[in-house]
Amino acid sequence: MSALTDPTNSDSAQTRRAIPDRLGTPFTRILASWEVLLLIVAVVIFIANAFASPYFLNAWNLSDATFNFTEKALIAFAMALLIIAGEIDLSVAAIIALASTAMGAAAQMGLGTPALVLIGVGTGLACGAVNGFLVSGLKLPSIVVTIGTMSLFRGLSYMVLGDKAYGGYPASFAYFGQGYVVWVFSFEFALFAVAAVVFAVLLHATNFGRQVYVIGNNPFAARFSGVPVERVKFILFLLTGLMSGIAAVCLTSRLGSTRPSIAQGWELEVVTMVVLGGISILGGSGTIGGVVIAAFVMGLVTFGLGLLNVPGIVMSIFIGLLLIITIALPIVARRMKGRSLR
Amino acid sequence: MTTALRQPAVDMAAPRLEMRGISKIFPGIKALDRVNIALKAGEVTALIGENGAGKSTLVKILTGIYQPDEGEILLDSQPVTFTNAQGAIDAGVTAIHQETVLFDDLTVGENIYLGHAPRTRFGLIDWKTMNTKAASLLQALETEIDPAMRLRDLSIAQRHLVAIARALSVESGIVIMDEPTAALSRKEIDDLFRIVTRLKAQGKAILFISHKFDEVYEIAENYVVFRDGQSVGAGQLADAGQNEIVRLMVGRDVAKAFPKVDVAIGRPVLTVENYCHETEYRDISFDLRRGEILGLYGLIGAGRSEICQSLFGISRPSSGRLTMDGKDLSIRSSADAIAAGIVYVPEERGRHGVALPMPIFQNMSLPSLSRTSRSGFLRAAEELKLSRTYAERLDLRAAALSVPVGTLSGGNQQKVVIGKWLATRPKVIILDEPTKGIDIGSKAAVHGFISELAAEGLSIIMISSELPEILGMSDRVLVMHEGLSAGLFERDQLNAETLVRAATGNMQGQE
Repeated sequence: MSALTDPTNSDSAQTRRAIPDRLGTPFTRILASWEVLLLIVAVVIFIANAFASPYFLNAWNLSDATFNFTEKALIAFAMALLIIAGEIDLSVAAIIALASTAMGAAAQMGLGTPALVLIGVGTGLACGAVNGFLVSGLKLPSIVVTIGTMSLFRGLSYMVLGDKAYGGYPASFAYFGQGYVVWVFSFEFALFAVAAVVFAVLLHATNFGRQVYVIGNNPFAARFSGVPVERVKFILFLLTGLMSGIAAVCLTSRLGSTRPSIAQGWELEVVTMVVLGGISILGGSGTIGGVVIAAFVMGLVTFGLGLLNVPGIVMSIFIGLLLIITIALPIVARRMKGRSLR
Repeated sequence: MTTALRQPAVDMAAPRLEMRGISKIFPGIKALDRVNIALKAGEVTALIGENGAGKSTLVKILTGIYQPDEGEILLDSQPVTFTNAQGAIDAGVTAIHQETVLFDDLTVGENIYLGHAPRTRFGLIDWKTMNTKAASLLQALETEIDPAMRLRDLSIAQRHLVAIARALSVESGIVIMDEPTAALSRKEIDDLFRIVTRLKAQGKAILFISHKFDEVYEIAENYVVFRDGQSVGAGQLADAGQNEIVRLMVGRDVAKAFPKVDVAIGRPVLTVENYCHETEYRDISFDLRRGEILGLYGLIGAGRSEICQSLFGISRPSSGRLTMDGKDLSIRSSADAIAAGIVYVPEERGRHGVALPMPIFQNMSLPSLSRTSRSGFLRAAEELKLSRTYAERLDLRAAALSVPVGTLSGGNQQKVVIGKWLATRPKVIILDEPTKGIDIGSKAAVHGFISELAAEGLSIIMISSELPEILGMSDRVLVMHEGLSAGLFERDQLNAETLVRAATGNMQGQE
């Protein structure tokens, strides 16, 4: 590294201590990283599932298992960026309901698949814009704003549908939730993989991603450094709305019908996935890689519990516990570490 | 004072409080190494030392927040141990901190008596007694603050008085003042010193921690010097010269404190005309020339930071005109300001200057990302190269460029902030209290660096509350008083009295 020192500055560089670019990361620290621990958990659950049920180790069964997380993970990637920037969107499941209702209504009018997709994605974007405007335009706290819009968006869906359901989607619309690209790999899984790469690049390799981290770590310093804080936040809400709209297309296509209770409680599972993936709920840190592994872990767990005929209520309890434990764990661990230093 | 014989010192009176052989060890660092300190009733003892010398650790031990690993504390010659903060308060030790936490939405009385409010027989807060006692405490501080007022309606200096009243609201014989003047202007410091004198007369033993020598000599009788966690000298200030104490403090002679070099001053770079803001300042005009250091002096709340933040796009002026190199300039965001070549090094480094958990190089490259990246994609090698250039130029001390800024010392964090702005190749650099809370050795380095920048043709606006710094470094000084310009003084007109008079609004017919 010392060869890199600026030649024009060589005399002063010799008198001053050279600072290395990076410290070599000790192997133990890599091993102890959240992502690696999570990967170990995923492998353990995988093996446990294989022993617990003779039907688990079957390519088609495993492919089915991915549907437990692909739609939620699409939203979780965008949510990860939002939480890193210190905000949150609890209206994502309600956006799915509204987008799905809009698509259902359009299908009733006889619109074709491309129009339906545009309407679903467009509704998601519009909802994201509403959240974004309220948070970054009016500077309201996102947790309150999105609890409000959660109720608002799903309320609109209930108003339109009541206790009825929309069905009658065109046959070609089924591809997004039921189609396969090659062999056991579904369209949803392919979309999940592409979205993972796109969001990983966006967060970890672009100026935009760096600004997201800075905003989450210190919004004042971000503003004082010329980062357009409010614009970045608006874009993040727009992205989350967009991904919710895409998830709505996939889910509606997979179910083939729309009820206002569609995707009920998903905001909780999406946030759990993000936090389980090592994104700090306090903002400022975490990786997309962690969210990808967390998606697999949650998919494997719910699928495994399903194979064992565990009822849905127990799963809900499990998800709730998982969320609390994963939020508490790093915070308590840091506090204990701080105490031992004292 | 029957225990006077136990004391070998020349004074007849035994110390109220004595610390003997106190050590405190943190993982990897011996923060305090068998230090001794004695506080006498009715006298002020100044604790002097560079940042990191162990002053804060000592205060934390005295106030019961840390427990010493060895040594003993004697209170009126009786050994005591403070197991927690309440233990220290019960023993009559109270502290006035540099930044005291008060509550904006509570009343003055509540702030003073929070946690130990007088109670009625039913266990409820006795508001009447509380407010009466608070009023008499405030009166003793020669201030007319109504205890029923909400704290948010007070000025910064008044809040400080409330903090002092809070510290004095517990029955205490020992008062620790941890850099109490850091945020105060000269006039407020004078008020504070009158209070200290009064406390002395009441027989309290006072430990006074400060970076500023003039204050120490003004108020203290005794001194203790800390260096690298050891007490390296103690005695009476009357017998010790300033040079001697500086030598004790840094272990070497310090070069001239203000290495201001004469720079050929060029044409105006930035012209501010009739800048107004709805609440903070009114009708401010000045120009800034190439190579010039313009000092900006005034009391806290005079609008100095606010006008500079408007120049930097954080807040917007309600009217006024800004020109750079003769062309009109409109700044609506800090991004605009950075693009125009105006940068701002904020007063509160940790809060406004850096993202502490993020690596040095990511902080340094942040405002220059458009240069280090290619079509929106990061290039780590370019960021590291940029950071290395400025880290070396500023002689940054860090284990690696990838370590979080939060792991660095205060002085080095300041270097990261300055480095990140220099990397944008600015024309105008605004420094808001550039040496606040920095020890004397680093201060000289910062001043030297400011001079260097001016010599390279940068134009500098330096906000400072420290008169010696303003007098020593500025080519011209703009003084502000309550949001208005109180005069623009050339270097040959500069003297302490004129500036203080302008800053406090005592112009006495001068115009």
